[in-house]
Amino acid sequence: MKKKKSAYDSVCLARDKNRPGIYDYIDNLFTDFIELRGDRVYGDDKSMIGGIALFHKKPVTIIGHRKGRNTEENIEYNFGMASPWGYRKGIRLMEQAERFGRPVITFIDTPGAYPGLEAEANGQAVAIAESIACMSRLKVPTIAIITGEGCSGGALAIATADRVCCLENSIYTILSPEGFAAILWKDAKRADEASELMGLTASELHAHGIIDDVIKEGDGLYDRLDRYIRKELSVLCRYKPDRLIEKRYEKYKAMTTAERTIE
Amino acid sequence: MELKDIFTLRKNQWGNIKNIGNKSDSEVECPDCGEVIDTDIIKGNYMVCPNCKHYYTMSTRRRINSIVDSDSFRELYSDIVSYDPLKFPNYKNKLKELNSGKKRDREAVVTGTACIAGIPVCIGVMDSRFLMGSMGYAVGEKIVRLAEKASSSDMPLILFAASGGARMQEGMFSLMQMSRTTAAIEKFKAQGGLYISYLTHPTTGGVSASFAFLGDIIIAEPKSLICFAGPRVIEQTIGQKLPEGFQRAEYLLEHGMIDMIVDRRDSRKMLEKILRVHGCGKK
Repeated sequence: MKKKKSAYDSVCLARDKNRPGIYDYIDNLFTDFIELRGDRVYGDDKSMIGGIALFHKKPVTIIGHRKGRNTEENIEYNFGMASPWGYRKGIRLMEQAERFGRPVITFIDTPGAYPGLEAEANGQAVAIAESIACMSRLKVPTIAIITGEGCSGGALAIATADRVCCLENSIYTILSPEGFAAILWKDAKRADEASELMGLTASELHAHGIIDDVIKEGDGLYDRLDRYIRKELSVLCRYKPDRLIEKRYEKYKAMTTAERTIE
Repeated sequence: MELKDIFTLRKNQWGNIKNIGNKSDSEVECPDCGEVIDTDIIKGNYMVCPNCKHYYTMSTRRRINSIVDSDSFRELYSDIVSYDPLKFPNYKNKLKELNSGKKRDREAVVTGTACIAGIPVCIGVMDSRFLMGSMGYAVGEKIVRLAEKASSSDMPLILFAASGGARMQEGMFSLMQMSRTTAAIEKFKAQGGLYISYLTHPTTGGVSASFAFLGDIIIAEPKSLICFAGPRVIEQTIGQKLPEGFQRAEYLLEHGMIDMIVDRRDSRKMLEKILRVHGCGKK
């Protein structure tokens, strides 16, 4: 008999080097992608990319984390851990999207925001706070897709969207299971045990009302994602900006409340 | 105070004494200057060492009393408590334990309305001693409601932050409070509300990366640790040694992250001044 997939299996799958990266999603879901770089203040963060493209001939803004497929790439892209100038690039592109009335689609795959000296000195906390704030008041529709690991504030910064979905084997967590185990038990090696307790799998997140949908993986993934984005945008684009913001507010206000989450 | 107590106090990782309010302690040795001082003198001095200006952690009630007009505080939402959404081992018992006994605060934030020099305000004060001031559902919900109250009654909002970050035992239910509080603060600000964020030691993680850094005006207490990733996390994961004073309030002021550092003994005066300049309380 096949053993039931454990939560830690999901963690490993979510981190698998052979999982599609942001460029695979861009290539398969959009056309005419133009990458836009820099935060106009400090630098260009290679772990967080953004740009504009067409989705079924309509313009959209794309923002997302980038990881490497090998050590060399991972060092260049900082393992998908963004710095303040990455989040500020994201904010800049979101505000630009608002000016042109383009929906924003984000792809999330990060072990967390970069915990480094330079990142802290440049305001990591305020950059994440402002990114969440920007998403909460944005006048255009937003869809967040968690494709791999969505860890901590570094993921949430670009995930406070009108619709949030997880790929079947992705995870969305308060912290990496290793960090979680280190904090609670002072032992990062107990990550597998931690994973079981954290409620980090797509199905648990869905049951808890943290995410809206789970997208099945495997053959036809891009078709399913395409259908999902098309369907959700067709609904969201019908709302006037004020109503859209109000509905988004109501969504987050209801989230995590006892009435909403106890099955 | 017994010798073993001194060691427990010293061991506190944030470098501050936690239990100075204990009735049994009539005097305390300052962790900074080493001077042994009568606790009543410290209490009468806003919990600041009169010798070296070391800042002791202030309880939420003492903080509120030091800021607002006497007897003007009306607590709101004290019935909101965390509910263990993940059925996390021992979490429910831990909450029960914290809520039993004589302790009045049932969560890591106390919220309500009060007056400062006659000006009505909505005020929330976090308590770093309640599960490290971690933000779970209850903290998020109380702040959301307070921001909504400030919106609907057209009052300025003042939040004193003190937090170790997100509350691990609540998993994503905790992380989502960053989105929830931020959305509520943004809505309040969009309606023209004044939000003053007051950062105290320590303000870190999910709290600093959400409502704490969104103030129209951001004030900090001297020497407070204010950061996203704490010094230990950085040293462990990246192996970088951090310079002296890194992530302290003075460093943040120098680097343009906050508006001012205010001596605790002047905080009421400064808040009053800011409210007055904004024309708050005038109909």
